[in-house]
This record gives sequence, C-alpha cells and structure tokens, in this order.
Amino acid sequence: MNEFVERQLTLQWHEPKRSYDVVIIGGGGHGLATAYYLAARHGIANVAVVESRYIGSGNSGRNTAIIRANYGIPEAVRFYQHSVDLYRTLEDELGCWFMHSTKGLIWLAHTETAMRAERARCLLNAACGVETFMITPQEASDLCPQLDLSGGGRYPVLGASYHPGAATARHDRVVWAYAQGAMRHGVHVLQNTEVTGLLRDGARVTGVETSVGPISAGVVLSAVGGNVSTMAAFADVRLPIRTHPLQAFVTNDYGQAFGPILSDTELLCYVSQTARGEIVIGAEYDRQPSYSLQASFSFLQSCAAKAIHLLPFLRDLRILRQWAGICDISADFSPIMGETGVDGFLVTTGWGTWGFKAIPAGGEQMAELIATGRTPALLGPFGLDRFARDHAMADQGSTGTR
Amino acid sequence: MLWITCPTCGRRPVEEYGFGGELRGVPERITDQAERDVDYAWMYDNIHGITSERWFHQAGCRRWVTLRRDTATDTVV
Repeated sequence: MNEFVERQLTLQWHEPKRSYDVVIIGGGGHGLATAYYLAARHGIANVAVVESRYIGSGNSGRNTAIIRANYGIPEAVRFYQHSVDLYRTLEDELGCWFMHSTKGLIWLAHTETAMRAERARCLLNAACGVETFMITPQEASDLCPQLDLSGGGRYPVLGASYHPGAATARHDRVVWAYAQGAMRHGVHVLQNTEVTGLLRDGARVTGVETSVGPISAGVVLSAVGGNVSTMAAFADVRLPIRTHPLQAFVTNDYGQAFGPILSDTELLCYVSQTARGEIVIGAEYDRQPSYSLQASFSFLQSCAAKAIHLLPFLRDLRILRQWAGICDISADFSPIMGETGVDGFLVTTGWGTWGFKAIPAGGEQMAELIATGRTPALLGPFGLDRFARDHAMADQGSTGTR
Repeated sequence: MLWITCPTCGRRPVEEYGFGGELRGVPERITDQAERDVDYAWMYDNIHGITSERWFHQAGCRRWVTLRRDTATDTVV
C-alpha cells in the first residue's frame, strides 16, 4: 500500500435471510476471515456471520495485537508462520491499511533453564524454516536501548531469542478489513443477533436459533470466543477448554520510538508500542476460570511492577486504559479447529491468548475445510479428535502466558 | 477482585489461594467406556454460571476449601 491514503470503509449491512449455505457464529477475526476466504477463494458467498454485539467486540478487539511464529512444536511453527506470511500481504489483498508493522520480537531469558528452552526454540524454528536466533544481552540492548539489562537488579538478562519476523497490527482494523472484504463478495454480517441455540435434525446440526428467529444452514461454524463451551453444549460436543480472563493495559504516548516487541516468559509480560505511541502491556491470564470482564487493581500492580523491572522508563508514563478479555484456554495450549464429530457443526476455538496472529491462516484453512470437505495439512494436527488419539499438541511455553 | 473466606483464616484475597479446579463429572449420556475416559481426562464443563470448586489456601493455613463461585461475575456465592 502507499503511505497511506486513508480510504473510507464501505460496510454493506443486510437483513437476515431464512437460509444460508454456511452460518458462522461469531463476528470476530476468525469468523470474518473464514467468511472472506469462503467467498473470495472458494466462491461460496451465501454465508452469514452472526454476531451478538458488534464485529470485533470480543477478543479480536481486546488482544495485544502481536503477530509471531516462534512456537515450540513443528506443527504450530508451520501454521503460525503461514499466518505471519499472509499478514505481510494482507493489506494489499484487502485494499485496507491496518498499520501492519514488522518489528521483531525479543524474548528474554533470566535463567539457564530459560536459555536452554530458547536455544531449543531457535533450533526448532530454524528446522521449520522460521528465523529465530539467540542474541547476547548486549545485542538485545542495541535493539532496545531502553532495556535495563540488570532487570531492576533482580532479573538480570542472560540472553534472549530474537524473532525478526514478528509484527504488530491494529486489531480492530483487521476485523473491519475482513468484514469489508467479505461483504464485497456478498457475505451477510448480522450484528446484534445473538445465537440462542442450534437447530438439530437428529444428531445433525441444521442451523441456528437466533434472537431474530431461526436461520437454517448447510454448515454451522462456531468461531465464538469466550462462550464456546455453551455453544458446543447445544450440539452435545464436549471441549477441553476453560475460559479465563486476561488483562492488559495501555499507557499514554511515550513520545519516542520503542522499536521491537519485548516479551518475557519468566516475568510473564509483553510490551509493544502502538501506532499512536502508546505502550501496550499484557501479562498472564487469571488463574480461576471466569467470564467476568472486570479489570482488577491487583493485576495492574503486579504487571506494572514487572514491566518496570525491565523498562524503567515506564515509571514516568501514565496508565490510560485497562481491560480484560476472556480467553478459551485449551488443555494443551493449542487451538482446536475442524470437525467435531457432529455432522454440520465445526469449530475454530481454543484460541486462548494466541488467536490474533492466527486470523489469516485460521480463516483460510477453515474456509478450505468447509469448501472442500477435506482437512488441509496445516489444520490436521489441530483437530478436536487429537485428545482421543492421545496426540495433544502441548506448547504452553510458547504462548507467553501461564 | 475475588475474596475467598477460609474457614480458619477468614476473608482473604485470591492471591493467597491456589485454584484446584472445579468438581466435575462425566455426563451420563456418554456410555462408551473409552469415550468416558477421554472425557474424564480432558474435557471441562466450563460453566458460565455457578460452579463448585476447590481452592487451596497456599499462603495461609494450607488447607483445602470447597466453595461455590459464579463465573459470570467472578464472585463467591
């Protein structure tokens, strides 16, 4: 894109029809991306995306907008790298600027154990064709001059892994861009339409019951964030998911450039700068499952303290906003995509704290699965049946959370 | 923020506790034993509403407490 003529979004809203080929529940990034790729790549435009509030009102608008692929198992590295690649060209494809900016990610290690884990990550990433390499504390300091290498005297930096391909983007705009792209191909996006149940014919799912009446569908995809267990229970599907809130906060304008994304899996916080100059700081999710979006002062206290250990300049900034999102944390910390064992009902869920980066790949692959009926190779390992097959995709160490 | 009343220590903040998980069972409608095992090992009810669950008073009396909590509001009921 050129730098950067702002174009007005053209969102074309529709009245709901009685029947669609595909109904997607959840108007977040994954739902809208799936709708877009169904229409744009596979010519299936008789699609409705049903959203209970407004598009991007859930976790797509609440995450810390980091895009990276430095995961710890080969299947995940390949999947997320595909997503990182799609993000690079997505602004051109959708004709919509969403402030995508490649920044590089520094992943700090404070102990020998963490250093070993990061070395292993670098080797595995390299084997999968993803650039991640170890850097010394001095190199980390060169990349991020604000970094206190003594970690406030308590958490000295022994080294770090560096993932140059990592990026950030404006998350709402990604949602709007996909919505616009999908609508241009004739997809219906129904806002303020709550799904209250699923229509069943025997075991098969044949549509959705909504606040504006029943809508029948050939295929129903749940791209719900947060209430997915309730949704799956309508189809008698059991999920290995617990829903935890995760909080983040943003400061006022730093006034200087803060180049890379800084992340720390031992202190459990990650820091990046938005296009407005604000510093976004996120951390681990709350330990108890809950659907509450209440932000807490104790989180702010502990997370701010950790961030200041690493970046003393944060001391002088003010906190503008703090918010929470509810994350579907799967039992093995990997997403769950594909068929559920119930005819006509698919899920893309378990996106926990790692969903935003996967929006393009998740949407593209789910669309391919719906359109062709065959599970694409990238998606195969992430099916719900992996738990019964004893092939859990355990990768907690790469999620940046605990 | 969540506060939990411990039978021995009284009302204490959630930071002192460890979450021990909800009390859960395998639904009756699953009859196949292998499927029941998978469900027992992996699946959660993940209730949006009132759950019964165990908490461990880690930084206090180090005893377990069972309580009912509303996950919609994250408050003990």
